Amino acid sequence: MASAPEELKFRDPQKARELTDALAREVELVGHSPVSVMHVCGSHEQAIARFGLRAAFPRGLDVIMGPGCPVCVTDTPEVDEAVALAAQGARVCTYGDMLRLPGTSRSLADAQAEGGKVEVVYSVSQAVDLARQRPAEQVVFFASGFETTAVATAAVILAGVPENFSVLSSHKYVPAAMDVVSEMKETNIEGFVAAGHAATITGYGIFEPFAKRTGTPVVVAGFEPLDVLAAVLELVRLIRLGRPEVVNCYPRCVTREGNRPAQEKLWRVFDVVGGNWRGIAQVPRGNLELKPEWNRVNARHRFRIDTAAVGGASRNVLADQCICGSIMSGLAKPDQCALFGKECRPETPVGACMVSSEGACKIWHVYGGHPDLQEVA
Amino acid sequence: MAGEKVALKHGAGGRAMRALIEDVFLALASPVDGIGLSALDDGAALRVGDRWLVVTTDSHVVHPIFFPGGDIGRLSVSGTVNDLAMMGATEPLGLTCAVILEEGFPRADLERIRDSMLEASREAGAPIVTGDTKVMGRGEVDGVVLNTTGVALADRVVTDAGLRPGDRIIVTGTIGDHGMAVMTRRHQLGLEGDLRSDVAPLNGLVRAALRAGGEGVVAMKDPTRGGLASVLHEMAGKAKVGVVLREPDVPVNPEVRAACEVLGIDPLVVANEGKAVIGVRPEAADGVLAALRAHPLGRRAAVVGTAVAERPGQVILDTGMGRRLLAEPDGEPLPRIC
Repeated sequence: MASAPEELKFRDPQKARELTDALAREVELVGHSPVSVMHVCGSHEQAIARFGLRAAFPRGLDVIMGPGCPVCVTDTPEVDEAVALAAQGARVCTYGDMLRLPGTSRSLADAQAEGGKVEVVYSVSQAVDLARQRPAEQVVFFASGFETTAVATAAVILAGVPENFSVLSSHKYVPAAMDVVSEMKETNIEGFVAAGHAATITGYGIFEPFAKRTGTPVVVAGFEPLDVLAAVLELVRLIRLGRPEVVNCYPRCVTREGNRPAQEKLWRVFDVVGGNWRGIAQVPRGNLELKPEWNRVNARHRFRIDTAAVGGASRNVLADQCICGSIMSGLAKPDQCALFGKECRPETPVGACMVSSEGACKIWHVYGGHPDLQEVA
Repeated sequence: MAGEKVALKHGAGGRAMRALIEDVFLALASPVDGIGLSALDDGAALRVGDRWLVVTTDSHVVHPIFFPGGDIGRLSVSGTVNDLAMMGATEPLGLTCAVILEEGFPRADLERIRDSMLEASREAGAPIVTGDTKVMGRGEVDGVVLNTTGVALADRVVTDAGLRPGDRIIVTGTIGDHGMAVMTRRHQLGLEGDLRSDVAPLNGLVRAALRAGGEGVVAMKDPTRGGLASVLHEMAGKAKVGVVLREPDVPVNPEVRAACEVLGIDPLVVANEGKAVIGVRPEAADGVLAALRAHPLGRRAAVVGTAVAERPGQVILDTGMGRRLLAEPDGEPLPRIC
């Protein structure tokens, strides 16, 4: 038989068992229960849910997904801006996950159904191509994602975009996700698993001030199941030892400095600014906005966006029962929501976390909806 | 519901399709001597003397009509032969063939489809005994639709509801081949490589399993739309047992695994047209497995799961690293990039 493909090395059941056994011992040694750790990335949640890792974690360990879905934390007024631009006649291009994200009264999918020019694209370059093909139209790229995708947006802007192209930035900044949770009094997170792909850009050094300031260890992790298990094991070890350090468990991709040329592009185009994250709070350094010198490609400066026209007071009763905010803050789990898997399903999402493939509720739903299978022998 | 329309997901073999059939068509069911519509099995079984007349029908639409490893002609014969076989009827008496064509359909394509049907019917030993032809105007039907009905006599009928705790679940080979071959061609994903449909008549293979396992073969179903995940949910639901599926034991071709990984699709929900899922009593498992592996279409057969008393109606996936519930497929799996 041929040697195992590269990705299978990180899916070896024998190694997984060794890691979960070691994890059980380490959790025991911490001396209190539960030990609560948080990751802030939909892709980590996918690895955990897809491979059923929660059923393999020791009982005394709680691995919680925090605000790690940039689409989910995109706030209602930001969606309203995009919907308003579509209503004002612009061609709004965005990633597929953003389409059904609820605004105050309408999503971009609703705007599309009403005849608005809304286009799903797979890259920012595709949106630029559309602008070139349609010089008579205003093409707005409704940009979502963390640093990883923001770099792509920055690179395209720096390379030069046509006159009729602009960006409505809803990019979010990863380190803020951890800040916001560590400042919540209700949560008791003892350590963080940081997202490996964002860290490939920023470098893991970016988490060092956070670890020092909050006294909380941070471990950078990749996305294969063994990556996650090894990172959680290292994190619990740091918690046991009381060492608020940053450890890189994804050295095959991440360095301390990160990708310097990408960072340089990112910070030539974007500033970190404060903003509201849906269901969570005002986050002081949560959003990435175009720098003032790029106002000419910033849709917020180019157009008078009339969100009043698309807002309105159509509150729906279901939305009031949605607990996405608590789920994203790590205070509740998807299956604690009364709507989960019933009224709220991927085809009829009530809250943002069921819309995006990076959202905790969507991920739990796709992978069976229920992590605890202890009773089956 | 008033105003509700039929959607594509209602034909995709999952939860939505079952709901539509139950809500709309179950009203047609009436008591029969044997297995009728209300069983929602692969076909019907009507008592004739001391034997069973097994009847099944299937309409075939596929895009593209020619795909790597087969075409709509081979599919239409195999699909119906396989539905009969899944009821335990492995000696088809004959098949009907009804074809609806769109004006302008190339005659050469039609002849190519006919040749495939002939080849598959010879492989299965299932003669085509009558047919019907209709032509509709341009745009009134998309290219070609084929319907085949099959009849066979059987001494013993195997349903899809016979599992009890302790029974083993066998799949007769690699999963996901048909769906990924068609999907990559349909969406022109440029991922074709060695992806080939597994479409084949399975009555010979099933005959071998039944000879080896006898009464120990207690449930059969072919994992077409909705894939292995859908079949296991159906078997678990009808028998009111749980099923533990061991993911590392499920045979998947490396090309299929790679394409699924790239597209974000779980091979467990991808359609097959040349595989069977067979539930057997534990003592019959080794014999049935050996018989399957001795047949050219069953070389990669494997025991992949066990029926359990816990969590009736649900499928528990043991990933080798942990476990979780397997969601019942709902709607057509779509590539992540579409």
